Amino acid sequence: MSSLRAMSLARIRRGDWLTPRVAVNAVLLAVLALVPFYASLTSDPFLVTLFTRVLILALAALSLNLIMGFGGMVSLGHAAYLGIGGYAVGILAKEGIGSGFVQWPVAVAASALYALAVGALSLRTRGFYFIMITLAFAQMIYYVASGLDRYGGDDGLTIYRRSRFGAFVDLDNKTQFYYLCFALLLAGIYLVWRIVNSRFGLVIRGARSNERRMRAIGFPTFRYKLVCFVIAGAMCGLAGALLANHTNFISPAMMHWTRSGDLIVMAVLGGMHAMFGPLIGAMTFLLLEEALSHVTDYPDLILGPLLLLVAIYLHGGIGGLIGARRG
Amino acid sequence: MAENLLEIEVLTKRFGGVIASDAISLDIPAGELHAIIGPNGAGKTTLIGQLTGEIAPDAGRIRFASRDITALPVYRRSRLGLARSFQISSLFADFTALDNVALAVQAHAGHSFRFWRDARSEAALREPARAALASAGLAARADTLAADLSHGERRQLEIAMALAGRPRLLLLDEPMAGMGFEESTRLVETLRQLKGSLTVLLIEHDMDAVFALADRISVLVYGRVIASGEAAAIRADPAVRQAYLGETAYLGESGGASQGAADG
Repeated sequence: MSSLRAMSLARIRRGDWLTPRVAVNAVLLAVLALVPFYASLTSDPFLVTLFTRVLILALAALSLNLIMGFGGMVSLGHAAYLGIGGYAVGILAKEGIGSGFVQWPVAVAASALYALAVGALSLRTRGFYFIMITLAFAQMIYYVASGLDRYGGDDGLTIYRRSRFGAFVDLDNKTQFYYLCFALLLAGIYLVWRIVNSRFGLVIRGARSNERRMRAIGFPTFRYKLVCFVIAGAMCGLAGALLANHTNFISPAMMHWTRSGDLIVMAVLGGMHAMFGPLIGAMTFLLLEEALSHVTDYPDLILGPLLLLVAIYLHGGIGGLIGARRG
Repeated sequence: MAENLLEIEVLTKRFGGVIASDAISLDIPAGELHAIIGPNGAGKTTLIGQLTGEIAPDAGRIRFASRDITALPVYRRSRLGLARSFQISSLFADFTALDNVALAVQAHAGHSFRFWRDARSEAALREPARAALASAGLAARADTLAADLSHGERRQLEIAMALAGRPRLLLLDEPMAGMGFEESTRLVETLRQLKGSLTVLLIEHDMDAVFALADRISVLVYGRVIASGEAAAIRADPAVRQAYLGETAYLGESGGASQGAADG
């Protein structure tokens, strides 16, 4: 009897394990892992450059998804962290501090600190006001960067040397940099997965679902949302450090509010409740943008309606579509 | 005489020109099931809001377990053991019934800055939650999404969540609202079993339930307590009968009907 039950349990577990979503994610990861090989076979280094960008922006979209998809905090200023992380690398490089062991922790810490300040103010509001305050802060940072004449002002700043990590990893090697971004993204996805299923994560998701009730059952929701906001900011700051290394360039444009909009689009497109949603969204967005730019000068004319369709018909995003199944 | 668990002193709240709470004073001894009745617009929900901390009173004081809680925020009162159910079911719709209750358990199990371990596999949260679900009669629906529960089941889940935090005082805001006869009978039975082990402040329109359950009843009219006492005294009170003019027949009839239950 009990062995029978154990057997059927194992079968259920086996069935549960190999879902369409898991299969698609596995294929996706395999493809991403093979990109540098394929690029070297076809001697098309641009492919690695493009997919490195996909991975970095996927990390940024992942961090946004943590607060937006799971926490219900729609931030229209998330690109500010890309900028802060990027400027931390650029400014330190310009001042002669080239070590990644200094640059990257500074990028993450500066982003976390900024998130703490923005969150402390904006999280006292909700809905429309929350969106407006996150936008206002991001615009402020944008203009601050424009005013940094020593670091290029509006024109931006070229980074002549990528972050140095001694013998550990050479960022000038495209393949090594690609796999570093890949590893960091996977670590990020795993981290978010652990977080959203932990006690902390359930508090965040509960607050998104019904904050009034969360207070009534005894949760001081503000401090949990604030910590979540800071975690997301720090993660996106890391993406910013990666992005600056990727493009060898920083400018205020990387934190323009339309960049924040792009991140929201990626998160929504991929599906906000699927772990790989932000990756799928970033990949779809950037590959479409790239493909359409060969066809038309106005890729937004096609991307816009596409997003509209996803928003209207596909509430789980593309990731949700893949995972859709009964039983 | 039992010690008072809840003491309300001249609690006053105005909304513009309307006095929603007019110098309300009320003592509720530990272990009592105290019902508050009153016509619509009497200020019952405003009173609950002030007790839970969602509404700040203009004047007066609230003492809970001999501690002044008038200025404490909602979550702090909840931590002290003051739990409530909502008049309109207020659940986490995209969580299962068990998740809903487990979250209420978690709220009283230390801080939640725990980022790594799967909270849904923690027996320390799941077991008490299952027990609370069972005592509210919802054990079979543990894995159903709250959004998919029937109206009556949602009301039961409300109670389970309030109980899961092991409160000392339970504030029930019209728990029978919209329930069918069978469901409300079952809920009355659940509340009867809780009596004595828990102090309960019950706001309810269902007179049968009130007269069957309450140790004492207070009548709230236009924000004022016009009468407070045992069921028989309330039923005989001329001011109460005046306030329920038009409902007098109902008040008398239902009082008579539940007489036996109240005595038992």
